[in-house]
Amino acid sequence: MLEKTLEFVRNSPLLLATIKIVIVFLVLSGLVAFLVYLERKVLAFMQARLGPMRVGPWGLLQALADPIKLMLKEDIVPARADRVVFLMAPVISVVAAFAVFAVIPFAGNFYVTDVNIGLLLILGISSLGIYGIILGGWSSNSHYPLLGALRSAAQLVSYEVAAGLALVGVLLLSNSLSMVRIVESQREMGWWFVFLQPVAFVIYLIAAVAETNRSPFDLPEAESELTAGFHTEYSGFRFALFFMAEYTAMVLVSCIAVTLFFGGWLRPFPNVSWFDFLKYGPIVALLSLGGFIFWLGRRSPVRSERVFFIALSGLCVVLAALVAYSPVLEAIQGIFWFTAKILVFLYMFIWYRGTFPRYRYDQLMNVGWRRLIPLALANLIVTALFRYWLGPHAAQASAAMLLGR
Amino acid sequence: MRAQIAFFILSAISLISAIFVITRRNAVHSVIWLIVTLFSVGGVYLLLNAEFLFAVQVILYVGGIMVLFLFVVMLVNLDVAMNQAQFNRQWALALGTVLVLLAELGYALFQQGRRGLALPPAVPTLQSAGNTQEVGLALYRSYMLPVEIASILLLVAMIGAVIMAKRKLE
Repeated sequence: MLEKTLEFVRNSPLLLATIKIVIVFLVLSGLVAFLVYLERKVLAFMQARLGPMRVGPWGLLQALADPIKLMLKEDIVPARADRVVFLMAPVISVVAAFAVFAVIPFAGNFYVTDVNIGLLLILGISSLGIYGIILGGWSSNSHYPLLGALRSAAQLVSYEVAAGLALVGVLLLSNSLSMVRIVESQREMGWWFVFLQPVAFVIYLIAAVAETNRSPFDLPEAESELTAGFHTEYSGFRFALFFMAEYTAMVLVSCIAVTLFFGGWLRPFPNVSWFDFLKYGPIVALLSLGGFIFWLGRRSPVRSERVFFIALSGLCVVLAALVAYSPVLEAIQGIFWFTAKILVFLYMFIWYRGTFPRYRYDQLMNVGWRRLIPLALANLIVTALFRYWLGPHAAQASAAMLLGR
Repeated sequence: MRAQIAFFILSAISLISAIFVITRRNAVHSVIWLIVTLFSVGGVYLLLNAEFLFAVQVILYVGGIMVLFLFVVMLVNLDVAMNQAQFNRQWALALGTVLVLLAELGYALFQQGRRGLALPPAVPTLQSAGNTQEVGLALYRSYMLPVEIASILLLVAMIGAVIMAKRKLE
């Protein structure tokens, strides 16, 4: 019975794609809710506070409580707003953010689709998200949202140029726009592109923070100047959609950075057999997570929380035992390394927010146009020259040069 | 067959939204409909296996130029535009132009019909390697000079715009 069902699913490409899309959507939504909790918690620790503690043990259920609260709230439309556009704007934002994940390779054996214009498609669709911001700000028919929207439009257009130019450097090395091919070529060369294109990576990282409207470039929603920026007039679920779009965009730029610069689903040193022990990474990660939760639970003064945490750490140990079964271990290698790398990037986003003061608007524009774009152009020219001199296998050649072989 | 249905749907969307572009009173709504038009035209490119063209259409026109359109339209005083006449009275001229265009297209179709049954395919079938490379090779080998001339023209326009903006500031 099960075999027949599996066979049927495998033979109907549309159904298979639909199942994958549903999985990606659900996991992403969960990740976004968890990310909000993580951000509040990490920021709180950086500022010597505790963060959410009331809902559930250690405030863990806060991630669930917030969406429910937002869904139950009234959906207010300002009286003089442009009604249809006002209602559409958050939907555009969310759809643009989620649609791009169709071409992200989460693992060698798990991606929705692989197209040969992958990277261009990502740049194109993700740039549509800006319409949600501009139209939302304009249709509110109010001053702060309009100012926030205009700022945001200028910022996104400026930094898109720098990010695009930085990515071309990677394309010159990989010879392909397909996301899967880009990762494969990193395996073939034996080098993550971050080591061959460090300048491009730094430019992309800065531009990515600016494009997701995150601190220290969160000028479109600078509270002290613009109340809440483009979504000032939004409430309830539509506000939640904007919120979700922002965090999904964060996950998205992390995915792009990991795929292009950090070898996607590859483990560190994918070609060196000395490092084969790294394949036990998932087990170690789960066991240490279980240990951490156990330690946390032991210290908890509330009895019910103690029981919950110890049960949770038990679950981690059971999962680790499951993962130790070798077919499972093989199957989750890609997903594990990809997720681990993404989480590092997401943590960095929170870290920036906790440590950098917000830029002034003219500083932002200066950094974008006078520093990043010329630097990206120079990087592009140097990369192209190297490729011309050393032939199509430039990366391997220069890697060999660096190693003195 | 499926491709044909998709083609008809996409062209219907692009035509209807193009009509909306010129009939909406609110300039921002016009821009939104223009975005829909450009997007569905991109879809037609995709049907013709020109995925690179589709990506460029989305990145440049939908994602870039239309953002600037919106930007400018929002800064313009819309209340003044609302009270102005939407169409000017040059029916005769417009009708003449349309008739000439129709005659031209009709003639071309008629000629094609006499020569063979079907129109030649718009895009020659490409290898699965993707037409990004093909487009690149065509642009930088066969059409090198036109590309360079066009780029210099754009560069001149860009520098000119910057200089004009600066002069106004000073």
